[in-house]
This record gives sequence, structure tokens and C-alpha cells, in this order.
Amino acid sequence: MLEFSFWDILSNLLLAARWTVLLSVIAFVAGGLAGLLVLMARVAPVPPLQRLAKLYIELFQGTPLLMQLFIVFFALPLVGIETSPWTAAALALTLFTSAYLAEIWRGCVEAVPKGQWEASASLAMGFSEQMRWVVLPQALRIAVPPTVGFSVQVVKGTAVTSIIGFVEITKAGTMITNATFQPFLVYGLVGLLYFALCYPLSLSAKALERKLNVAR
Amino acid sequence: MAYRFDFTSLWDYAPVLVHGVATTVGLTVAGTVLGVGIGIAGAAARNSASRPLRLAVGAYVELIRNTPFLVQLFFIFFGLPSLGIRMPEWAAAVLAMVVNLGAYSTEIIRAGIDATPKGQVEAGASLGMTGPQIFRYIILGPAMGKIWPALSSQIVIVMLGSSVCSQIAAEELSFAANFIQSRNFRPFEVYFAATALYLALAVLTRWILARLGDRLFLKGAARA
Amino acid sequence: MSLVKLSGIRKSFGSVEVLKGVDMTVREGEVVAMIGRSGSGKSTLLRSVNGLERIDAGVIEVDGECVDPGQIDLRALRLKVGMVFQQFNLFPHLSAGENVMLALKVVKRMGKADTRAAAEQALARVGLGHKFDAYPSQLSGGQQQRVAIARSLAMQPKVLLCDEITSALDPELVNEVLSVVRKLAEEGMTLILVTHEMRFAREVCDQLVFMHGGRIIEQGPPVALFDRPSTPELAQFVGMVEAR
Repeated sequence: MLEFSFWDILSNLLLAARWTVLLSVIAFVAGGLAGLLVLMARVAPVPPLQRLAKLYIELFQGTPLLMQLFIVFFALPLVGIETSPWTAAALALTLFTSAYLAEIWRGCVEAVPKGQWEASASLAMGFSEQMRWVVLPQALRIAVPPTVGFSVQVVKGTAVTSIIGFVEITKAGTMITNATFQPFLVYGLVGLLYFALCYPLSLSAKALERKLNVAR
Repeated sequence: MAYRFDFTSLWDYAPVLVHGVATTVGLTVAGTVLGVGIGIAGAAARNSASRPLRLAVGAYVELIRNTPFLVQLFFIFFGLPSLGIRMPEWAAAVLAMVVNLGAYSTEIIRAGIDATPKGQVEAGASLGMTGPQIFRYIILGPAMGKIWPALSSQIVIVMLGSSVCSQIAAEELSFAANFIQSRNFRPFEVYFAATALYLALAVLTRWILARLGDRLFLKGAARA
Repeated sequence: MSLVKLSGIRKSFGSVEVLKGVDMTVREGEVVAMIGRSGSGKSTLLRSVNGLERIDAGVIEVDGECVDPGQIDLRALRLKVGMVFQQFNLFPHLSAGENVMLALKVVKRMGKADTRAAAEQALARVGLGHKFDAYPSQLSGGQQQRVAIARSLAMQPKVLLCDEITSALDPELVNEVLSVVRKLAEEGMTLILVTHEMRFAREVCDQLVFMHGGRIIEQGPPVALFDRPSTPELAQFVGMVEAR
């Protein structure tokens, strides 16, 4: 049997961490863009669109990420798309992220005073112009801290993709544990790696929020 | 090629699903009661005079909030036996949920406590109440009322998150789904049904917690 | 010639009917003040003139543009009707100049140089040419309200609606805003104001409209209305206001 030194374990975990980071970034960016669309539908003055977006958000916030992953993983082949742990993980996390971000941002949009909508309406702006030039610039400013805070949830969410076989930190940890029989050390290191990724994000979210509160 | 959906074969496994739902509910109830208990204790400790205690609780909260639940679960179930601490799957699941919710609710409840007007504490002190008495009788109730919606959301998140406990073979709902799809080879239908059950549980949990919050914290509270 | 014509305007909030069939005409260049107690429907009526409140029945006609309950496209109407609000509602993330330029740019799609020139001119008209780059948070309430007026003026509306535009101001700042409005009136701007400034209404307005219970129950030249109210409601209102 192969001997694993501490450094072997750590370097293997660090190599796997690249995939955690990559998946997080993809889910966060793609989820952010999709979330912006969901947000538009959620706040547009078109009731059927609003209801649809609300349903979308409630579905993703009311079901486990693990089930979302399984459904995407097993549903894609049904519509003729070849699936892999990688595509299923990226797609499911993107959808998950879009729903949560849309809901966070809706709160920020609603925090923009009604008078801003009225003033821009009285200047003959339409919904998309009001959003683009008046409401979003103000909403996004207060959205930065909770958005950064949510990125922590995305990073942590990637751990669940290990269950459908995507090899990121957690899956690598399981594989190394099976080879080394040192679960305490390996999962301890896995936890610390996640902490190293997430804690700076949490701290900056907090700092940004403090800065925003001072500015107001 | 059109896929034919077939949910009928699920009926044969209804008892398995029921067992899964019951286990998920059981885990959630145990995790919630103990987790919120820890949260209250943790929030009190965060306000205590002892600096080491405050730092220790702060470290616990940050460590848990910045690592995935799945890894916490694996550490407890696979890692702790190295120290001679062994427990059955369900106990590891409950412990992980308690530790997780404990950290989040510590933070949530602390925020509620921080929002307590200073005058109320001073009024209590001027009546000769001790620190713990002030916490118990003056601060805690209104603070819990204020943060109840946030705490409720967190409880739902923990309930949904418990789905990964299938990975240590705790026999909850997603474990049941895995079991069934390994028998009837209908993964999409099975996971779809399990997802629907989770959604129902989430809606129900929110509803129950909202009623409970009204009963516990609404009496005579004209909250400003 | 009438510029604004309201006929049979009705509006309910839930089961409460706040406008019970209002008719009113405003001629070009006329200055009209709407007075009445709070809850009389005057603000709702004003807000419906540029579509901030959707009316349930009736027709609003401004310079040939028609709006009725079935017509939802308000853009054409709002290009002719400007509005100034009690709470200013300046866009806080934009400077005074940018506040004025925004709609010129995105609605009227004017070129960069024209936009800038129009904004500078509008700010100069309200006496704030030197505050082009100041942000709303750096301006006094009176200055903010003057920027809001400039923002509306720059769109070159046919009529300007003013909804209690001095009510949120500290007393010492009221006059700088009223004198801007007075100047606009002298220049021939068509104005419809909801106001509690009775002295101002008496001095500046051509026509006074007294609303009560969702209806216009008296209207005419201010001096006549103030000095010889023909309904007990107006008499009581005038007495109340003058006792203050």
C-alpha cells in the first residue's frame, strides 16, 4: 500500500481545491447573471412574470440543493443532453445561486424609496430605463454586502456536488480517507481549507456592511 | 426518443418514503430544539464578561459558519472515532445539525440581543436584578420575538441541509430516495417525488414556526 | 384654449372613492392652485394628471394627448406633464446636473452637448447654475427642490404639476422655492399646484380650485373665493387656514 505523508494529503487537497474555486466562480457569475433576469421578472410590472419568478425562487429555496443536483443530473439525459458530474454541478449550482441572489436583490430593490420610481416615471422613463438608471444603481450599492456574504453559501454548496461524483475538496477528502484511513486528519484539513476560502469572504461582507452603514 | 414517466412504481415503496420523512422530521425537531438551546446559551456567552469565553464562542460560530455542513458531518461521523468517540448514524446526524444550527442561531439571537434598548437593561438593573435575571426576564423574550423570522428561515435551511445525512447512511428522506432508485431504476421520478416531499416539509415547517412564533412572542407585544 | 382637460375623473382605493367625478380645465399659461383639507382628493387628482394614479373612469387630455382607464402607455402624456414632489425625490446617486440630464439622455435621446447645455440652462433658471456637480446630499432642502424643478423644466413640459412642494421644507427655505415658482408663472408656464401656502395662492394664481370629499365644489379667481366663499365648507376652510 502507498504511504501518504501529511504533505501528500495536503497537496492533493489543494489540487482539488482548484475545482471548488472554479465551480464556485462559475456558479456565482452565471448565477448572478441568471439571478438578474429572475430579479427583473420578479419586480417587473407584469403580474404573471412576477408570479413565475416567485415560484422559481420558492422552489429553489424550499428544496435541498442535493435534490436539485440529483434532478438536474438525472433529468438532463431525459432531454437528450449528455450529463457529467461537472455539467450537472455547474448547472444546478447556477440555478440555486440565481434564485437566492434574486431574492436578496429583490429586498434591495424594494429598499429603494417609492419616490424614486415616481420621480423617474414622471420624467417619462419606462420600466427598463427606471431600473437601469435609477433603481439598480441604488439597489446594487446596498446589495454588495449580502451578495458577498452569499458567496460563502455558494462555496459551501459546492461540497454537496461531491455526492454526484464531482471531484472537489470534499470528494478528494473522501478518496484520500479511503486510501489513508486517517479521517480525523483529512476531514480536519478539508474543513480548514473551506474555512480558508470562506472566512475572508465573510469578513469582507461584514466590513462592507459596516462601511455602508457609516456612509448612510 | 420520448421518455415515459412512471410514478406508479413509487407506490410500492411508500412505506420507505414515510419512514424517510419521519426520520427527517425527527432529526429536524431534535436538531432544532437542541440547536436553538445552544444558540441561546451561545448568545448569552457572547455577552458575558469573560473574554476567553466570548472568544471561544466566536471561534465556534465562525468555524461552523465558514465550513460546509457535509464536512462537519463527515468529521463527526468518520473523524471523531479516531478519538474514541463513536456514535450511530442518527446520533451523528443530530449532533451535526445541533452544532450547525447552534452556531447560526447564536449569531442570529445575538443580533436580536444587540437590538435591545439600553434603557431596558438599566431599568432592570435599577430594580436590583442580576445579570442573568436581566438576560432571562428582560432581554431574551423581545430579542427572540424580533429574530424569530430569521431563526425560522435558518431552521428550514438546516432541515433541507439534512438531506446530505444520507451520505452517512442515516435513514432520512434522501436516503430513502437513494434506496428506492437503486431498486426501481427510476431515479428521476424518485428524486422528483422526494423533492416534492421536501418542499411540502419546508412549507409546513415555515407554517408551524410562524404559528409558534405568534403564540410565544406576540402576546401583548406592541413591538415598536 | 384649454391645455388640460379633465372630465368625469373617478378613482377608488379599495372601497373608498376618493375622486367622485371631477371635471376641470386649465388654459395655457394659467396658474391653478388646488386647495382643500387632507383627504379631499386634491393630491390624488394631481397625481392622476400624469398617470401616477391610474384612474377608474373619465378622460385626461393634455395638449391633445388622451389618457383613459383603458390606455396604459403613459409616455406621451408624461413628456407633456412634469411633476415636482413634496419629498424632492432627487436621484441620490447622481449629481444635480446628472439628475437634470438623465431623462434628456435616456428618454429624449438628446446628444451629449445638447443635454449638457439644456441642463445648465435649466439649473440657471432656478438659480443653481453653480451647483451642477453637487450631489443632493450636499444641498439644502430648498436647493434640492429647485434642482427637482429644473429637472422637470429641462424636459420642456407643457404643464408642471407641483405636489405640496414646500411642505417638507424648513420655514426659512420656503421662499426660495416659491420665488422660483413665481418666476415660472410670470414667464407664462402653465402650473397646477397643490398647496397650503394661501398667501402665495392668492398672489400668484389665476384660478383657485377648492376640493372637498372627492369633488370640486368651488372654483374661480382667488380673491373672490377667499373673500366671498359661497359654500360653508370653503368658508370653514378659509377661516381655519387664516386662524393659523
